[in-house]
Amino acid sequence: MDDQVRSLEAALRAKRAAGRKLLVPYITGGYPGWQDAIRACAANGADAVEIGIPFSDPVMDGPVIQAASQAALEGGIVPSKILDEVPNLDVDIPLAVMTYYNLVHHPGPERFAANLQRAGIAAAILPDLPLEESGPWCAAADAAGIETIMLAAPTAPDERLPRIAARARGFLYSVGLLGVTGERASLAETATDLAARLKAITDLPVLVGVGVSDAAQAYQATRVADGVIQGASVVRRLMESGPDAVGDYVAEVRAAIDAD
Amino acid sequence: MTADIAADSLLAAPDATGRFGDFGGRFVPETLVPACQELESAFVEAWADPEFRRELADVHRQYSGRPSIMTECHNLGARLGVRVILKREDLNHTGSHKINNVIGQALLAKRMGKTRIVADTGAGQHGVASATAAALMGLDCKVYMGAVDVERQALNVFRMKLLGADVESVESGSRTLKDAVNEAMRHWVANVGDTYFCLGSVVGPHPYPYMVRQFQSIIGEEAHAQIHEMTGALPDVVVACVGGGSNAMGIFAGFVDEPTTRLVGVEPAGGAAIGRGVPGVVHGMRSNLMQDEVGQVEEAVSISAGLDYPGVGPEHSYLAQIGRAEYPSVTDDEVVEAFHLLSRTEGIIPALESAHAVAWLTRESAQLQGQTVLLNMSGRGDKDVAQMMDILDGRI
Repeated sequence: MDDQVRSLEAALRAKRAAGRKLLVPYITGGYPGWQDAIRACAANGADAVEIGIPFSDPVMDGPVIQAASQAALEGGIVPSKILDEVPNLDVDIPLAVMTYYNLVHHPGPERFAANLQRAGIAAAILPDLPLEESGPWCAAADAAGIETIMLAAPTAPDERLPRIAARARGFLYSVGLLGVTGERASLAETATDLAARLKAITDLPVLVGVGVSDAAQAYQATRVADGVIQGASVVRRLMESGPDAVGDYVAEVRAAIDAD
Repeated sequence: MTADIAADSLLAAPDATGRFGDFGGRFVPETLVPACQELESAFVEAWADPEFRRELADVHRQYSGRPSIMTECHNLGARLGVRVILKREDLNHTGSHKINNVIGQALLAKRMGKTRIVADTGAGQHGVASATAAALMGLDCKVYMGAVDVERQALNVFRMKLLGADVESVESGSRTLKDAVNEAMRHWVANVGDTYFCLGSVVGPHPYPYMVRQFQSIIGEEAHAQIHEMTGALPDVVVACVGGGSNAMGIFAGFVDEPTTRLVGVEPAGGAAIGRGVPGVVHGMRSNLMQDEVGQVEEAVSISAGLDYPGVGPEHSYLAQIGRAEYPSVTDDEVVEAFHLLSRTEGIIPALESAHAVAWLTRESAQLQGQTVLLNMSGRGDKDVAQMMDILDGRI
């Protein structure tokens, strides 16, 4: 991969500059068919993919992603097996991992960052590692050239948001609602409110995730934000119907957010 | 009135990042960071307010049944060659030390203007205590309990419902205490505006380990004065069971600055976070944690639902690291023997959790000849009688 693809932030900024809304699906690593699901995302208009590395105690995840993680763990998946597969995916978009901090803490931040770097991963999201605890990981990630995507939540007071944005690399993850990952009947008002607050204070790409549940909601969110993350809606399709259904869905969301 | 802690005490408040040495911290989703900060400020302010402390003391005196008494076990003592004194937290309202913490947290929740509390529970003791405090103070209460525990502690499930709480059976993960904590945290993430998370032990993100220890420290403060009155001296050993570790921190609080008193926290062999774990991060804290070779959290396996927890409070990890407290473990079989022994010799049926401390005492009695051992009887065994009826059937 060239440097343009290796840097998630550079890739997303370039696409945004070209007038494109950004789409980042999430796929649970180790769930049967996960590699083909990532290829289907890349072939159908995803700008990057988040690969979940399953953890035994995923406190930010709702029932769908919990079930996928548990199934992958019961199938014997370990982080190194997922990372070993990454170079074989052969997709031309940047890849990020999302996991929980104990899987970083256990090998140590330096070793974990080096493992990601070696696999060709561009960025990482650690939803249980808030700003105040992020020092050791960010230092190791910066040194290895791994971009750390920070989350901002609707509960944050105004003074907190610029500090989070200043530490974020890749993009800024705007948490769409008060709650864990999962599909909702409608887009929460908090989703566009927070995205607007973030757009006002940062030049980083701002993507809304958690509770953006279908193409119509993705369209709504991208009227304010630079893009969306699609988690439970994608993983549910992978679990119910397999990788092809993931590709169809990504194409549908792509078409929706591209509409004027 | 509870005395404040001297700055040079081993029991000092954690640092600004919520750490005791290397342990503790605040590893929570971003959504919860402002809530933890708000809770920290509210607790610090309340704890410094004489009016809050008076209200807490009044509820404990008129409702919880404090101070709890001390009981010398003359029969067991004569048999073991050890002077054995129990701190009787089992006689508290709701049957365990858990009431000390929930009364404090429920008063704090009201003071913060919260209308609902959400709690995790293992054996159901903290759930029952939370449901009780919520009923007393007019708060809505939801309790998450692992499906495995719902089954083995059916009586406590009914008690919680009787008290007006909504009990949610947790089917995810190992379906025990750690998963109940996960689910309670997820609920808190979604309802952080009006909901107070009433954690049941000295675990979780800062300020919980510190705050819960402060609410439980009344055990040690009372016991320090009481044992002096009974024996004219300090105990040689203070022993308590450790799952998350709140009853142990409560009684240790009274003795941690007494260098001649040995502190012993007894873990279950199947859930020995300090004995078998290495430092890890789960449930918002960095502490000792049972985990596999890549860092997945292992399932604890214990006869006692209340100790079925793969982690431990960060202050225990700290006390272990600096060598101030020791954390041996006992097996389920030893616990069954101890449960039976205390019942027969003293007429006191201990909770299976508390029976861990009794099991250590009986196993180590040869090394404790002539010494005075203060044992925290953290709860009563009524909730365990149905389970023990199956195990001891035919022997009684």
